[in-house]
Amino acid sequence: MARFLIRRGLTMIALLFAISLVTFLLFIVVLPGGNPASMLAGRLANPSEVQLISHRYGFDQPVYVQYFKTMANIFDGSAYSYQSSFNVDDQIRQGLPTTVSLALGAGIIWLLVSILFGTLAAIRAGRYTDRVLTVLSMVGVSMPPFFLGAVIIFYLGYKTSILPINGYVPFTQSPIQWAYHLIAPWFTLSVLFIGFYSRVLRSTILDTLSEDYVRTARAKGLSPRRVLVHHVLRTSLLPIISLWGLDFAQVIGGGAILTESVYGLHGVGYLAAQSVGKLDTVTLLSIVMLTAIAVVVLQALVDFLYAVLDPRIRLA
Amino acid sequence: MTITGPNPAEGAPETGLPPALLHEAAEVGPGVGPWALAWRRLRRNRVALFFGGLFLLIVVICLLAPVYSNDIAHIGPNDQNVINTTNAIGIPIGPTWRFDHYFLGADNLGRDVAVRLLYGGRTSLEVGAVATLITMVLGVLLAIVAGYFRGLADGILSRIMDVIWAYPVVLLGIVLGTVIAVRGLGPFKSTTPLSTALVIGFVYIPYVFRPVRAQVLVLREREFVDAARQQGLSAGQIMLGEILPNLSSTIVVFVPLILANAILLEAALTYLGAGINPPNASWGTMISDGINEIPAAFHLVLVPGIMLVLAVMSVNIFGDGLRDAFDPRSRVRIAIASTSQGD
Repeated sequence: MARFLIRRGLTMIALLFAISLVTFLLFIVVLPGGNPASMLAGRLANPSEVQLISHRYGFDQPVYVQYFKTMANIFDGSAYSYQSSFNVDDQIRQGLPTTVSLALGAGIIWLLVSILFGTLAAIRAGRYTDRVLTVLSMVGVSMPPFFLGAVIIFYLGYKTSILPINGYVPFTQSPIQWAYHLIAPWFTLSVLFIGFYSRVLRSTILDTLSEDYVRTARAKGLSPRRVLVHHVLRTSLLPIISLWGLDFAQVIGGGAILTESVYGLHGVGYLAAQSVGKLDTVTLLSIVMLTAIAVVVLQALVDFLYAVLDPRIRLA
Repeated sequence: MTITGPNPAEGAPETGLPPALLHEAAEVGPGVGPWALAWRRLRRNRVALFFGGLFLLIVVICLLAPVYSNDIAHIGPNDQNVINTTNAIGIPIGPTWRFDHYFLGADNLGRDVAVRLLYGGRTSLEVGAVATLITMVLGVLLAIVAGYFRGLADGILSRIMDVIWAYPVVLLGIVLGTVIAVRGLGPFKSTTPLSTALVIGFVYIPYVFRPVRAQVLVLREREFVDAARQQGLSAGQIMLGEILPNLSSTIVVFVPLILANAILLEAALTYLGAGINPPNASWGTMISDGINEIPAAFHLVLVPGIMLVLAVMSVNIFGDGLRDAFDPRSRVRIAIASTSQGD
């Protein structure tokens, strides 16, 4: 199992490299005017200057050489955006605290709430609680984050001033203001995941309840609570946790584009959306690589949690 | 997580079937096909039927947009009329609740929100429907080819699908949408509703490809496929005549799921500027226009937003009922929802 998870993590990284290659080809080869040299040289440059710059930055080299050079620059932190001529590393580093704050809060909320909802719906399957939770999760998966965000900003921000309208306050500056400014984004980002995860957990629990070992546990006289927590939940949580690992990694890697945009949080997702709009290949590739790193780290964490939850897996 | 299609051998009681289903199997007796059985279950699910009906109603109302525009409201979706519809500082009027005069209010250019809502709905639903068609046709056909031939064809197709699948949905959508907007792609010189549908349809192909391929891998080993092969049927005949019909219940279950997500993705791409272009109305353009007007005229966000959520939710709930009807033992197999928005 652990080997399977490690292999899956490695596959995911290979895929992210494939993504970076596809993005590179799309933007450099498919798009015309993809030659950033003329952009760097400025409007008044003569052809020889453009050629000089083209040569210095390596735009005259074969595509694969350009690709590997760009990737090497990204990894040693010396990549510059051809569009804004900012250091890409610095830009991501500026956005990262916002995105990590968003991801941490939302990740904890959506994990805990969906465990609660999923478990409740499963043990009350077919009854009133289950139906209400099912409807709620259906609303959740049908809710575009930018619409939900707009509604919250208007009613809780402008109308009643309960919550701030937008902006981000660093944790180091004021932890209370930090949380206060992030409550709405946390909630908005969590809603969709809660809707989906609680449905998955509900059906996993219902499947697990019919397993033989659960019947055995009941038969030997364990209390229903102990059977639920120690025998049913412990295995039913596994799929939720691996889903969570990947989703959380994607949010860190700028996956929360819509939430960050609607709340004006200038995080990695916002940067990703901006760089696609500006066809800023280098920045976009860097963000994809950030996702790759996040996937590796989260995969390790998921492996660890698997070992804790599943007694058959032991960490070497 | 495992993604499997509905069990094709439904109806035959076997061990491990929940008591309620055993009871049902006994009740309907032998000889009732999977479709009749599914319809029997769906008919009992009032909630799913209600929301299926609601979605049909929304579709019909949106298709009647020209009728409302010409005969009742007497104003086109892009007709501007700032006199009497905006106040001194340019804030548009809210809903008047009069069918013949700005029923749901005006926007900041004095356009009729109700008329635009219906026309926009038409665009959103059409984009969603075309995208779903593209996803289903390509997803299923490629899956049949990959699953039937296995080997090299399967390897290549599966790896391509893996790459598309690993790309965050919204990010891939805006990358492709931007490439089309800047460069054009084939016949598309710039963004059109059809090009947006193409992008959305493309993005969701792996979500259909993977589960269908898994099912084809099982089906190709079954006796009836062997029999067809013995009779000398060509690979094409077996794939389309023998395997495809056996995938129909999976396909039926996937259509509403993809449709709901396609409608959502249209709105998301448009909001990020990589989807439908103004002044064309779609629910996505209306919401993103409205977000720029916060807090002055919130009905501009609320009206299209509620409509969008209602439409998507009714498709989702109906789809959920449909899945239960075809495979009551289903483990939730919607890997789609989790990645639909990227966040």
